[in-house]
Amino acid sequence: MDYEAVIGMEVHVEINSKSKVFCSCPTDFHAPPNTNVCPICLGMPGALPVLNRDMVNKSIAVGLALGCKISRWSKMDRKNYFYPDLAKNYQISQYDLPLCDNGALEIEVDGGSKRIGITRAHMEEDTARNTHALGGGQSGIDFNRSGVPLLEIVTEPDIRSAREAHAYLTALKQILQYLDVSDCNMEEGSLRAEANISLRPKGHAEFGVKTEVKNVASFSGVQKAIEFEIARQEQVLRSGGVIIQETRGWDADRGITFSQRKKESAHDYRYFPEPDLPPIVVDDAWEQRIRHQLPELPMARKQRLEAQYGLSGYDAHVITLSRNFADYYEKVVASGADPKKAANWLTVELQALLSEAKAEITACRVAPDALAALLKLIDTGEINGKIAKEVLAEMFTSGQSPDSIVQEKGLNQISDTGAIEDAVKQVIGASPNQVAQYKEGKEKVFGYFVGQVMKATQGKGNPQLVNEILRRELGR
Amino acid sequence: MTLDWHWKSAREIRDAVQSGAVSALDVTEAYLRRIDAVEDKVDAYTQRWNDTARSMATKVDEKVRRGETAGPLAGVPVALKELLCTRTGKTTCASKMLENFRSPYDATVVRRLEEADAVFLGKVNMDEFAMGSSTENSAIKPTRNPWNLRCVPGGSSGGSAAAVSAGECALSLGSDTGGSIRQPACLCGCVGIKPTYGRVSRYGLVAFASSLDQVGPLTRTVEDAALTLNVICGRDAMDATSADLPVPDFTAALTGDIRGLRIGLPKEYFTDALSDQMREKIEAAIEVFRDHGATIVDVSLPCSEYAIAVYYIICTAEASANLARFDGVRYGFRHPEAKTMQEMYVMSKSAAFGPEVRRRIMLGTYVLSSGYYDAYYLKAQKVRRLIKKDFDAAFEQCDVIAGPTSPTPSFEFGAKSDNPLEMYLSDIYTISVNLATLPGMSVPCGLTEAGLPVGLQLMARPFEEETLLRAAHFYEQNRGFDMGRPPVA
Repeated sequence: MDYEAVIGMEVHVEINSKSKVFCSCPTDFHAPPNTNVCPICLGMPGALPVLNRDMVNKSIAVGLALGCKISRWSKMDRKNYFYPDLAKNYQISQYDLPLCDNGALEIEVDGGSKRIGITRAHMEEDTARNTHALGGGQSGIDFNRSGVPLLEIVTEPDIRSAREAHAYLTALKQILQYLDVSDCNMEEGSLRAEANISLRPKGHAEFGVKTEVKNVASFSGVQKAIEFEIARQEQVLRSGGVIIQETRGWDADRGITFSQRKKESAHDYRYFPEPDLPPIVVDDAWEQRIRHQLPELPMARKQRLEAQYGLSGYDAHVITLSRNFADYYEKVVASGADPKKAANWLTVELQALLSEAKAEITACRVAPDALAALLKLIDTGEINGKIAKEVLAEMFTSGQSPDSIVQEKGLNQISDTGAIEDAVKQVIGASPNQVAQYKEGKEKVFGYFVGQVMKATQGKGNPQLVNEILRRELGR
Repeated sequence: MTLDWHWKSAREIRDAVQSGAVSALDVTEAYLRRIDAVEDKVDAYTQRWNDTARSMATKVDEKVRRGETAGPLAGVPVALKELLCTRTGKTTCASKMLENFRSPYDATVVRRLEEADAVFLGKVNMDEFAMGSSTENSAIKPTRNPWNLRCVPGGSSGGSAAAVSAGECALSLGSDTGGSIRQPACLCGCVGIKPTYGRVSRYGLVAFASSLDQVGPLTRTVEDAALTLNVICGRDAMDATSADLPVPDFTAALTGDIRGLRIGLPKEYFTDALSDQMREKIEAAIEVFRDHGATIVDVSLPCSEYAIAVYYIICTAEASANLARFDGVRYGFRHPEAKTMQEMYVMSKSAAFGPEVRRRIMLGTYVLSSGYYDAYYLKAQKVRRLIKKDFDAAFEQCDVIAGPTSPTPSFEFGAKSDNPLEMYLSDIYTISVNLATLPGMSVPCGLTEAGLPVGLQLMARPFEEETLLRAAHFYEQNRGFDMGRPPVA
């Protein structure tokens, strides 16, 4: 009997609004502990929440980007449980009437595409952070994170493999970054993913018992954790055992999931409508306003780049991975660069420099029109490709224009036939053995001559001319 | 002439201070002396802020001396209920849980009073976390009724009512979740108004039941209540449930003219549950209205009989969440012997909450629990809407609904404290107003043979405090007798 995995994802995203969801404290929780706090996010007696409108706007944008229906009337609810990181001992969340529901996200996996249903996306507040590293048996709580806006995005159980889960997270992150609503930094916790995993015999309609895997710090970790969990459950089932509904943690070092909490000790959260906050009423005009502000989304942009610039699916994919990267690319093309060459230089050479410097495209000192100017220098034969890479590296560190670098360093390509002929003759004269080998038919030696001539011209020889003249002179 | 300032109305004090006829400091000193004289009998104050009061008064006097217009409550000595957050002193909610708690901020109403140049004399007693109808649930001490020291002042704003009634402050702020302003005002013979839900900011009012709580004044005259509402009402960006409506000059509503006013008498409020001595006074008060051109109509509020049940589901549910934050983690009482997190929660709460607070937390937790939510909380919300509809229908026929504030006058200490259900019935006439988010008020309408005050309750449509005040003021001016002063020396 074959088993099929049934997976649903719950993703918590910290929304990057300037202030917290229910108070005006800044959301920057890297500040020294307990400095971005006020009576509201500390849960002081008498303090009241006021919903941040920017959070609602950004949540609506996410909902629309995920094809969700935006509720005309939704509300906040109290989710009651006791824990020291929860200032009020209830979390303000949304229970039965989320802001967004009934959407879908198209993902690409194994060369095909698949639709993952989005059950809902709802607004809530983040908790404080506990630390147990203070020593002396003491625990500390940092409330800087308390009240940071969170959007929880829940999928239908449409995911069938760890790879699909990974593709879903990648596509979701891409959309969130396009919308500029979150850093999506999993290590810093601004994006947190949980997977509900169950197995069922292939072809069966009913679900098996699920486990929930939490506390994973990376997308690849999620993929590995799901792979492990599928294998574990399959082993249990094949050996005649039963799956216990529970929450399982992920031990990245050992590469295993482990039991954290059994279902019997699951909380009764005693949800009820938050009386301190009026209902959230989003009318057509509000929704339209947000819809008009939506940027072109990744999938649409990828398809447009393919059609408009004749890019390969791969190049279009790589370029549209980030909105900033795609914006940069289109600026380079708008500055007159050939779209395909621009794609190559961007995805290979510039990307390499960025990766090495661990820099984002937004911080890149090479302006899009400067990159276009560099490509023009290659086109017109001013410099060759090899020199161009050096120039780009210089542009990347100094921010200078390619022309001034070429001028300053005298990197202009030598297209003077006489100068190249001189160099060729010099090289041939100094290499009688290689000439003999070449004449015996050893074509490989030709490369040696090219190298020597380029060396003699400090790399500036026009490669085409060098080839031509070498052939002519050697063939004599 | 400073002799009797402690019996003057807030309006008289304000006018005299503004005009320079008396200094705010002299008025304050008069009140401080009055408190010294009677406080050992009344025990209304939980904190006395003599220095703060003098310095606030001095600031007002300087303002007057500089020729600036002092605020609308210039030099008026005020007592604040223990659950209003103040940076001055402590905010204890009359609970062991917060016995040493200092709030880092002022409640919006406190700030507004201060901006109006009021003078704070201190804080006054209440039932712990506003849960009770006699102030016997205070963890600090009992407060006595100035009309009879063997009797309770009502609750939960019992300290506020007793202080106003005994001349220990010119006015006081209380809070009303199910009658906690009106019932003690009734029992102590003063004026108390619970404004429409959303009229006054709740920011800095320590929450009992968020969908019902409202801050309001207790005063000796209707005009003083209007004056105070002018200061404390209005939209507050810190309270999302505060109404974004213009605030009228409430004193302008005190025209003395009630011709054409339709007053509804709900038959459900005049049953056997109402003691004869109360009924007699209420009916006499209605006659005053009738005699002066008001139309008296019979109305019905058929869902009234469910109000207590609905109230004790909704308020306990909300309270169970609102009081969850008192966990010993960040502030408040933490049990010194707790060794684990679980123990910290259980031992701290068990030791620092009184029996009534614990009872309500448990009730509220129960009605929200999985499997019971639909039968209790959800059903209660539905009936709450029906109760509101009853009022909507009644207000088609009348402009003001009148009835008793409390089924009985004040009672002796301990008379109801062993029977929570009987204590809960003290609020039988006041609770519906909170459930229906209406404005309601209590005006003194006489004394029983035993010399205990009786209060007439008036209710109006949402945000029609003006109608309420107009009717109450008319009655106060035309009732034909003086309530006199309580016998406390």
